[in-house]
Amino acid sequence: MDLSIYVKVKVQEPLLSVQGLSKFYGKRIGCDAVSFDLFPGEVLGIVGESGSGKSTLLSCLAGHLAPDSGKVIFDTAQGPRDTVVMGEAERRRLGRTDWAFVHQNPRDGLRMGVSAGGNVGERLMAVGARHYGDIRGQALDWLGRVEIAADRIDDRPTGFSGGMQQRLQIARNLVTGPRLVFMDEPTGGLDVSVQARLLDLLRGLVRQMGLSAIIVTHDLAVVRLLADRLMVMKGGHVVEQGLTDQVLDDPQHAYTQLLVASVLHV
Amino acid sequence: MIKISNLSKSFTLHNQGAAVIPVMTGAHLSVAPGECLGLVGASGSGKSTLMRLIWGNYVAATGSILVGGVDVARAAPREIIALRRGTLGYVSQFLRVVPRVPTVDVVAEPLLTLGVAQSEARARAEHLLAQLNIPERLWSLSPTTFSGGEQQRVNIARGFVHPYPAMLLDEPTASLDAVNREVVLTLIEAAKARGAAIIGIFHDEAARARLCDRVVDVTQFSPAVPA
Repeated sequence: MDLSIYVKVKVQEPLLSVQGLSKFYGKRIGCDAVSFDLFPGEVLGIVGESGSGKSTLLSCLAGHLAPDSGKVIFDTAQGPRDTVVMGEAERRRLGRTDWAFVHQNPRDGLRMGVSAGGNVGERLMAVGARHYGDIRGQALDWLGRVEIAADRIDDRPTGFSGGMQQRLQIARNLVTGPRLVFMDEPTGGLDVSVQARLLDLLRGLVRQMGLSAIIVTHDLAVVRLLADRLMVMKGGHVVEQGLTDQVLDDPQHAYTQLLVASVLHV
Repeated sequence: MIKISNLSKSFTLHNQGAAVIPVMTGAHLSVAPGECLGLVGASGSGKSTLMRLIWGNYVAATGSILVGGVDVARAAPREIIALRRGTLGYVSQFLRVVPRVPTVDVVAEPLLTLGVAQSEARARAEHLLAQLNIPERLWSLSPTTFSGGEQQRVNIARGFVHPYPAMLLDEPTASLDAVNREVVLTLIEAAKARGAAIIGIFHDEAARARLCDRVVDVTQFSPAVPA
């Protein structure tokens, strides 16, 4: 039998290794002792109800919030580094190059007073691009990839629909070729038909670019279609994690069983 | 290729008085390359449970499930992901896809995740869709609006687009007409001939007789019910 069709898991270092990450708001728990590894090309979903700590965790991972304890070790070009103790300037550079952050509300991730092309081009300039023709060419290419018509390049996103704004935010984030994308409810404010298109777009981009992603959402249907692995949070703690369809089809923890059983089927 | 030993499974319903329901105990079987094993037993006897345990979306209580050298009962999520990508195929009874994605892309997707070029993946998907008599005018539409039989054939195309060395088939001929049933049976025979190890559930007795080298009655793995 031809053994070449076997795909073995390559021995590789995790792209992101999170160890004992905790954040408290006074006496209240934000997230407590969260640990996991994320490997290149993997998509991790984080689900839980409002106040479960999933957004706090994402903010701590992305360096928007300083955790009280724990490590967030990222495999940088210079080798694994703990981004928690990294200098602010260096962490910001990481945020412009290897990392990207897609906000739930596109207004938080876009510059609303700048044209669509400018929103994408600005990120290229932040990493050193200076040639106007190249920048405009790349912006145009990315608008096409997220299905925004070329003749909208000079329009401001204020005139775009919610779905278009969200696609523009994704283009702005991915144009610099990040290796890790943090997403906070990326399909949250969109109506169902627009969500489906965005999900397909994200799946294709993740596959083509070999991206790793961490997606916070409360929508179990979204994680089933997008995430390889799933982490379930409640009260700041991770109560269960595993393969996405295993967690959804055979949940082991009482809270996950309740969560899965509560979904309405159409 | 597939070897199951001392496998057991129970469900704990935490929100219903933590009731523990044992559903399978002491299951064992093995399938060699090129062999097709049929699972039989009444509804509710655990055929689908066994399939899901092998696929890895059910957690085993004890025992081991070796598929191409990976123990699904113990493997890390990313090992199971890699196993599903290249080694283990699954044709379930239901089609679960992102809405609005064209049928040809749904079928080509397993190849794209393996790194096959877009043009070749599409060509192979189109070839299978044609073979399974899905009209060409439907290829660019999402399968979510298709009839039951068409959806099942799309699911089969997706499951056969890559030559997986191990395959799980859950009633692959259930809602097909005679012509398409024959096409699917031929596909399964070809998979056997190239050396795939297959575990299938076939309610279609003639199909079972034609394809299966052996059958296993899963009723023997049911836990003893206290009188």
